[in-house]
Amino acid sequence: MNFLSLHKRLERHSGLLIFGILVVSSIGGLVQVLPIVLDDAHGAPSAGLAVYSPLELEGRDIYIRESCSTCHTQQVRPLLAEVKRYGPYSRTGEFAYDRPFLWGSKRTGPDLARVGGKYSDAWHHLHLLDPRAVVPASIMPAYPWLAQRDADHGRSIAARMRALQMLGHPYTNEDIAAAPVQLEGMTELDAVTAYLQSLGRSMHAEPQP
Amino acid sequence: MKYEDRIVTAFTGCSVLWAVLGMLAGVYVAAELVWPTIDFGLPGLSFGRLRTLHTTLVLFGFGVSGLIATAFYSVQRTSHVRLFAPGLAWFVFYAWQLTIVLGGVSVMAGWNAGKEYAELEWPFDLAIAVAWVSFGVVFFGTIARRRMEAIYISNWFYGALIIVVAMLHIVNSLAVPATIGKSYSLFAGSQDAIVQWWYGHNAVGFLLTGGFLGMLYYFLPKQAEQPIWSYRLSIVAFWAFVYTYIWAGPHHLHYHSIPEWVQSLGMVMSLILLAPSWATMVNGIMTVSAAAKKLRSDPALKFIVLSLAFYGLATFEGPMLAIKSVNVFSHFTEWTIGHVHSGALGWNALITFGTFYFLVPRLAGTQLYSARMANIHFWLALAGVLLYVLAMWGAGVSQGVLWLSLDELGEVRFSFNDVMAAMKPYYLLRFIGGLLFLAGAVLMAFNLMRTFAGRRTVEIAPPAVPAARGLK
Repeated sequence: MNFLSLHKRLERHSGLLIFGILVVSSIGGLVQVLPIVLDDAHGAPSAGLAVYSPLELEGRDIYIRESCSTCHTQQVRPLLAEVKRYGPYSRTGEFAYDRPFLWGSKRTGPDLARVGGKYSDAWHHLHLLDPRAVVPASIMPAYPWLAQRDADHGRSIAARMRALQMLGHPYTNEDIAAAPVQLEGMTELDAVTAYLQSLGRSMHAEPQP
Repeated sequence: MKYEDRIVTAFTGCSVLWAVLGMLAGVYVAAELVWPTIDFGLPGLSFGRLRTLHTTLVLFGFGVSGLIATAFYSVQRTSHVRLFAPGLAWFVFYAWQLTIVLGGVSVMAGWNAGKEYAELEWPFDLAIAVAWVSFGVVFFGTIARRRMEAIYISNWFYGALIIVVAMLHIVNSLAVPATIGKSYSLFAGSQDAIVQWWYGHNAVGFLLTGGFLGMLYYFLPKQAEQPIWSYRLSIVAFWAFVYTYIWAGPHHLHYHSIPEWVQSLGMVMSLILLAPSWATMVNGIMTVSAAAKKLRSDPALKFIVLSLAFYGLATFEGPMLAIKSVNVFSHFTEWTIGHVHSGALGWNALITFGTFYFLVPRLAGTQLYSARMANIHFWLALAGVLLYVLAMWGAGVSQGVLWLSLDELGEVRFSFNDVMAAMKPYYLLRFIGGLLFLAGAVLMAFNLMRTFAGRRTVEIAPPAVPAARGLK
């Protein structure tokens, strides 16, 4: 039976064809993706990594809502120029609490993986409300509504933390109970700023090799 | 017994509508990069949300509606039977279009799962899964009842589209819902990244490549009135394609915090992918070269042949960009955007346009309203995509080189802001290119609407062929 006559059986039985496609297209994922997903070492937090506080989590979810990762990466590659420009290159353990990951695929604006602590809170407030006030050539959109909206105006922070707790983030029940109070009086602008200031924090906490 | 073609018309009409709206959103975000204040402080018009709307509408509105329309049209004709379970097929239609409408609104309202090309939140993910599996039941049901002995090659590609996209979508969308509009991915960090680009790259592979190759394998021979040049080559290319594509995802994560072996494996498999990709291109070009005369007068064929050229370009560029030492310059730059659009505009949109110029007159039982208008569309589309891609190449190579440039003292030579400011002329050119391409699409929408307005009732029955041996 040569190759073509073997193939004739496939192209005459739709069930076999479906089965064939399923098997052949699965191999790559089984060999290349599954071992990483099942290996706990690739999901373990680095020594200095803290879980996001309620305010930072709220800020991160707003960052996702506005699709900031369309233009800002969070991934410093181990290249000399990149380490010079942004700081220490990114390590796997820094992202253990990132659901989803926000590495991005395009740098229209600069990388933000090491932006925490680089500017003051006041700078971030001004920059988010009117980017061209601080960076004249900036093409970033302004986000005036962040200042007008209360953080967690949907009253869902506890539900969100519970979902993350279920996924293994080390939030205690007390953390979750206290979260709504911590967000009282805060705006979305405060939340996004707190999140931006948390980026790269674990690298500062860790002794550099 | 007649073919069920009303559903083909319905999907085609929606596809054209989403093409115009999705490309309009694209042109608008392109303009926002030149004039950043034209979102007028409105959250729904903000770049991040509108760009997500753009990709959602063109991929899942325009692209998938066009794929389902052509799959339903061609599977009936290559099987010589009416569509299986037409009621279920209409469910697929309404479920899919409703998902795009409500999903689009949800994106503008700020619902976002945060994964590229899979931004719709979990209620939509569920709806997509149900609609997609129903699409598969209708498609494979039709094939199972066919009156032909062999399953034609276009159906293998459509079949691979259905099976693999179902697998990718379901795994990548696994998440724990927190509220109706917010969920958290089952995977975190590096693991999430590897799963996401397994999905993301193969959405490109099996939707934008495989699905549209199904379109090519049916409509190119039809329009050229020539059989496929080499059946044997199509078999080899198909299986090599299905096997190899799945491995290539990690080239989106070169030099990222994922294991080195995953990156290298992704790179090697991406290079190997050039062979099946170009095998199909050769097969297409050889098929059409037997009908070279028709190419001068037939606008539909012109679109399809040009799309084949862009297919060849994009599937060559892809493996080159997957080489780590090239990727180090191209990654994160506009070059990626140029690469995506040489594929999405040059290949996917053009072949769909050509197919629609072929399809709509047949569905309407009449002639195309204006062949001249279709020819103008052809040149607008070609000028638009060339301008777009050239602008992004220029911008991308500049960014790649300038970002990594170090001076004699080992310090970075250019500030990020200076490089960003230098992008403005390229962004303007890209906006103009996009505008030309959009203008062509609007012209097509008008042309096809006028064609359809002059329709006569047509119902086409399968040809009366003697029942084949070994019929199932």
